[in-house]
Amino acid sequence: MTVVAIVCFALLGAGAVLILARLAMGPSLLDRVVSTDALLVTIACGIAVYCAVYRDISLEPVLLVVALLAFVGSVSVARYIGGMLVAAETPADATPSDADLAGRPEGTP
Amino acid sequence: MNAADLVASICLVAGCFLCLTAGLGLVRFPDVLNRMHAATKPQVLGVLLVMTGAVIRLTGQPIVWMLVLVAVSQLITAPVSAHMVSRIAYRRRHVRRARLLVDELGTPPAPLPARPHPVHPEGAPDADEPADGPEADSRTTS
Repeated sequence: MTVVAIVCFALLGAGAVLILARLAMGPSLLDRVVSTDALLVTIACGIAVYCAVYRDISLEPVLLVVALLAFVGSVSVARYIGGMLVAAETPADATPSDADLAGRPEGTP
Repeated sequence: MNAADLVASICLVAGCFLCLTAGLGLVRFPDVLNRMHAATKPQVLGVLLVMTGAVIRLTGQPIVWMLVLVAVSQLITAPVSAHMVSRIAYRRRHVRRARLLVDELGTPPAPLPARPHPVHPEGAPDADEPADGPEADSRTTS
């Protein structure tokens, strides 16, 4: 079982490092939302692997909290960006607002 | 290591491998929607595999139901958050539309041929129809 723990934590660690790289590089805010969601899922998987390998049930409430926190975080940030979208479209002038410039996709000037 | 532990180990390693694929896809894929596609793999199948392994491993412990609750809540909440994030991504033009094969939201559909408008007994419009659509004028004047 120790070998399983080492393999699982190595895979989770490599995945978490790659997700953190995308979280740091991500050109837009939504990339960061997606990668934060994936990172929280990776953390939940790590806690579950710890509980399973060492037969320790003391961390299972933390597992439930992390799984629900991922949903609440991504939905609230998505709604926040949607509010920015509405605020950016309501003035009819042609000058881009700050909310428009914040989430500009890569490749556009 | 008996058979149950072997099955649990296979489930755990497979779930952790899906987390690694999520990291690879997030780094390599070019778009928000493609990255969501990569990130959804551990959200549903990875969590289900890891929870299955943990339940097999922790059978007999008092709070195993909490693992089942985590898996069910992931199954319910993952489509909701993915729907909201992808909708905002499309509206804020983070999607590379040149790479899309089918863009059902981009081009307006061809106008339908003339057909009689459905009769509402109390004159109330359908809740699904847009209030400012082309049919709204003829509806409000009648």
